[in-house]
Amino acid sequence: MVFSNKPLQFIVAVLVACLPLFSSANTATDSVHAKAEVKTESKVLNIKEKEAEDRKEYIQHHLLDTHDFHLFSYVDDNKEEHHIGFPLPVILWDEGLHLFSSSQFHHGEKAAESKGKFYKLHHEKIYRVDSAEGEIQLNNENHHPTNVKPLDLSITKNVFVMLLVSVLIFLLFRSLANSYAKNNGVAKGIGRFFEPIIIYVRDEIAIPNIGEKHYKKYMSHLLTVFFFIWFLNIFGLSPLGINVTGNIAITACLAIITYIITTLTANKNYWGHIFWMPGVPVPMKLILAPIELLGTIIKPFSLMIRLYANIVAGHIVLGSLIGLMFLFKSWFGSTLSFGLSFAISLIEVLVALLQAYIFTMLTALYFGSAVEEHHHEEEAHH
Amino acid sequence: MEIPKIIGAGLVVIGVGMGIGRIGGSAMDAIARQPEATGKIQTAMLIAAALIEGIGFAALFAV
Repeated sequence: MVFSNKPLQFIVAVLVACLPLFSSANTATDSVHAKAEVKTESKVLNIKEKEAEDRKEYIQHHLLDTHDFHLFSYVDDNKEEHHIGFPLPVILWDEGLHLFSSSQFHHGEKAAESKGKFYKLHHEKIYRVDSAEGEIQLNNENHHPTNVKPLDLSITKNVFVMLLVSVLIFLLFRSLANSYAKNNGVAKGIGRFFEPIIIYVRDEIAIPNIGEKHYKKYMSHLLTVFFFIWFLNIFGLSPLGINVTGNIAITACLAIITYIITTLTANKNYWGHIFWMPGVPVPMKLILAPIELLGTIIKPFSLMIRLYANIVAGHIVLGSLIGLMFLFKSWFGSTLSFGLSFAISLIEVLVALLQAYIFTMLTALYFGSAVEEHHHEEEAHH
Repeated sequence: MEIPKIIGAGLVVIGVGMGIGRIGGSAMDAIARQPEATGKIQTAMLIAAALIEGIGFAALFAV
């Protein structure tokens, strides 16, 4: 075999050049391990374990819904921790309505008092405690709190962002609709960007899947779902740290709406295909009926899981890559972390659009199956 | 019981990867044969890929 020498030389040169980097990055820990006694060594390990736990906790915390809008925190010269953000209203139903600001929780450190009752945060969930100094009692078996959990109707971060996006979408598309009236049917400003997307949803998603005859009554839902998911996904990539479509409750609601609309607008052919599949022998009809019935629930279920899992997976990957910086603790780690997370962020921008598209597309497909007018019987006679 | 679960999820993910890979490869072939049908092929490819992807995520959540 003949190798060209040039690339080989280059690789060797790069490896030799990088060698001091790796060795210098490792010497610090090596010398610590070599010099340290058994006691300090276990201490070092403990610190490492704690840091790994911290990173894990940070990522998990980012995925959770919170009761305050937390932007960032920093430690000042006096080693005091400062949190920058703003509180959101807490609405509880616990033998009466409780309404107070989430700033009373002091980021989970203190219990909040309302109408003689005390509440405390545990992993961003609100539990009732006995007094201002009361602690949350954990179950010994599974470490779940045993305290009373009041009905929580708070405007949390996710709810706040959803309201924000709803208002944004409403104003944006209202102004687009108005600009048609003003400019003799020509879009203006930001509408020039959104008009082709709306046309795309109509011509490439709605009409091919639902059909010319019925597509109009579903357009409003398809457009709303598309832009709602897309905007929320993009918001989730912003440094504000919002993870709305990565919350399974929200994707479940979107999927349930799709299921309800499909079920309520379905024609008799749709139900015929579920309970009495045409064109197959009678024993097969009996076997197919429960499977098809289950299929109607599996379809929205897969919609829910797909959107949720894609967004959560993206956020976990990005969080882990940012965590690399604290793992390596050298310029090498930071550079690697920046490069990789930048690349993944770009992919996530694509995924944000793709997931909105797929959700809309499959929703349209299910609507299409609900209103399809079938021709199987005529074909069977040929 | 943790290790069999992880291995099982890994196997499912390998299967999902192969499945999506085949869909992507076949779509590439189809586009090369009929470049004028690119839009339709892409749509069908994305739907099929999304359906398989769902199984992969279900496996990951079972771990």
